[in-house]
Amino acid sequence: MTDASKSSFVYVTYIRTTPKELWAALTTPEFMKKYWFGMNFETDWRMGSSWRLVFPDGRVADTGEIVEIEKPKRLVLRWRNQFRPELHEEGDARCVMEIEPAGDVAKLTITHDIDKSGSKLIGAVSVGWPKILSSLKTLLETGTALPAIGELPRG
Amino acid sequence: MDDDAVFRALADASRRQLLDRLHRRNGQTLGELCRGLDMTRQAVTKHLAILVKANLVSWRRQGREKFHFINSVPINEIAERWISKFERSRLGALSELKKDLEGERDD
Repeated sequence: MTDASKSSFVYVTYIRTTPKELWAALTTPEFMKKYWFGMNFETDWRMGSSWRLVFPDGRVADTGEIVEIEKPKRLVLRWRNQFRPELHEEGDARCVMEIEPAGDVAKLTITHDIDKSGSKLIGAVSVGWPKILSSLKTLLETGTALPAIGELPRG
Repeated sequence: MDDDAVFRALADASRRQLLDRLHRRNGQTLGELCRGLDMTRQAVTKHLAILVKANLVSWRRQGREKFHFINSVPINEIAERWISKFERSRLGALSELKKDLEGERDD
């Protein structure tokens, strides 16, 4: 049986780039803005440091802590929603980003999970991640982000 | 990624059925996916391998179990590439469309 006390998803994308460049794309706030709905990711990127994701209008979307950071391979974030009360009350989720070289491309795996069955947070982020990852891929491979990525999806 | 592999993987009702099942409940083992299906375990294994190869299904090992997840990133890429492309052309961004279409030819 699947662990019923958990909600999770695993997203994988292959991007024509190097692990180093992909790492930079995932950890450089100015660059992140281009593919992450224009949001600003604030942190000093040290293990144990806090981070926050801020909407273009200044509202705080999510906050958390850098749990693990191993350049250019693995980043683990503790993740808590701050802008939707029903998601906030579910508590901390965990987001793991892993980069592996795969021939002439880099494989990016994003795992997001929470110790709660039927999580609304996991439902919500699972709508956002594919858009973010498609835009990141397009941006790295062509130099232009997807036009639809300027706005946060509803729901 | 390879769009052809994605379209080929989707061009099969059994594989779409597996994706539907994962969409309903993400993170299932092979045994769970087989339950109640009119397919042999062997057939499900084969279809899953095609879906994994097309990157429509991702998986992770947890202890002795292997859990499968629907991976909608390639579908989203195709949607963005085709659908938003046509939307943009309606908006008159033809030069950008042309650039994108030509850029894709290196695949």
